[in-house]
Amino acid sequence: MATSGSVQEPPGASFPSSASAAPASTVTSRHSALVRVTHWITTLCFLALLVSGAEIVLSHPRFYWGETGNVLTTPLFKLPFPSSRNLVPTGYGYVLPDQNGWSRYLHFQAAWIAVLTGLLYVIFGLFTGHFRKNLLPGKADLSWRGFSIAIASHLRVKRPGEEEAWSYNVLQRITYLLVIFVLFPLVIWTGLAMSPAFVSAIPATVTVLGGQQSARTIHFFVSVALLLFLIVHVAMVCLTGFKSRTRAMITGRTGTSMERT
Amino acid sequence: MSDLSRRKLIVTGLAATAGAAGLGVAARLAQKYGLVPPDHGGIYGLGETLNYASERLLTRHSLAREFPESQISKPPFPNEIPPLSDAFKRLEAEGFADWRLTVDGMVERPGSFSLTQLRSYPSRSQITQLACEEGWSYIAEWVGVPLSYILDVVGIRPQARYIVYFSIDPDWWDSIDMADATHPQTFLAYGLNGNELPVGNGGPLRMRLPRQLGYKNVKFITHLTVTDSMKGFGKGLGSASPEGGYAWYAGI
Repeated sequence: MATSGSVQEPPGASFPSSASAAPASTVTSRHSALVRVTHWITTLCFLALLVSGAEIVLSHPRFYWGETGNVLTTPLFKLPFPSSRNLVPTGYGYVLPDQNGWSRYLHFQAAWIAVLTGLLYVIFGLFTGHFRKNLLPGKADLSWRGFSIAIASHLRVKRPGEEEAWSYNVLQRITYLLVIFVLFPLVIWTGLAMSPAFVSAIPATVTVLGGQQSARTIHFFVSVALLLFLIVHVAMVCLTGFKSRTRAMITGRTGTSMERT
Repeated sequence: MSDLSRRKLIVTGLAATAGAAGLGVAARLAQKYGLVPPDHGGIYGLGETLNYASERLLTRHSLAREFPESQISKPPFPNEIPPLSDAFKRLEAEGFADWRLTVDGMVERPGSFSLTQLRSYPSRSQITQLACEEGWSYIAEWVGVPLSYILDVVGIRPQARYIVYFSIDPDWWDSIDMADATHPQTFLAYGLNGNELPVGNGGPLRMRLPRQLGYKNVKFITHLTVTDSMKGFGKGLGSASPEGGYAWYAGI
């Protein structure tokens, strides 16, 4: 614990003997109930957004930069997939079934639930100090030494010590903050920038991005970044103990000795 | 039961009751102010209603972006069109001289207009973007007669809530609320980039509302009906789109 300045001591850790005397209801959770609930709602929404978004992309797997783009204009890049529309030249001799109707309905419904859940989480996080205490890296960690320790232990695929069952290391903290305060806001913004109705009210939403097609392209890349985060996140959960980490996010209990007492 | 859990139970109960009552009031208010779309039912009704209600509150009077001439897409992109009927081909062969737009429903003076008549009315042109839900888009200069002008000519009754518009293709129809119908950028387009509107882009007459996506801009318009309820039109979901799985509101 001494190597990492930001690690938060779990309540009771300093007095392991006293924990056994405490009634069960006072055992502190690894994650607060609100974090756990919003985590899983967001997970469901994100998966729905991912599937429906991928489905929508298939109707036009070409990306452009600027204001406009269609099959008569040169794309920035193309995805090597067949399309669900026969007007799009993909090089494939067949057309996939059109699934955009329910995909678009589901995309917006999941987006609404995710945004409202995210708002609740951010307000909660600001008021309770969740971001400051659990996610903001400590000063000592924001040094080259702090980074190199964290990176080295990651590279060695070292199973984290027990203190990490109770806190996040500096790389986790920075990644989570990036996802919460950069990637999610960016993906919402670029999504709204594609709405002709929304940008009629607030044109700057799209003009500062360089146009509607630029917004679509950025939306795609941010979604890919979020997908990469999801993959790494799940991989790390598996590497460090799928059962205990998942249990901590569902029940709040880590199953470590600090709590088992 | 301890005091703590009883208090918890009472507080939770009160909060749940207040929440349910709040939702009830919100639903009533939304209905009263026209924030509930015709396709609000079903599993995706929540997202669709939130989309429509929030954009209606935010964008009732806002104008779609207009562009300089230099940004007009060359060439304009003619999207896929459904197979054209024999009736359409006969009208096309005669240069659409017999094309009619009939207007009926809750109006004082139901009417039928030829393209020549429509062209004689005050026209409006705008350089706007047409964006398809698939992801592509183009910018063109559209010329037409504002829908609000036609509605003034026929005299809509005060209880009117929706304008239903029909393509010559019998399976293709849609509707908009009065905020969209009377919006200055909503019009029946008959010209594109200085020429007559090509068939590939919906000519001779296309509904044009640049604050909604392409599929709401129905091609080959022959008929408008003014109504106070979408019940009785198809399955009552507002347009052929929800019946085919697509949202009625296409502002996003």
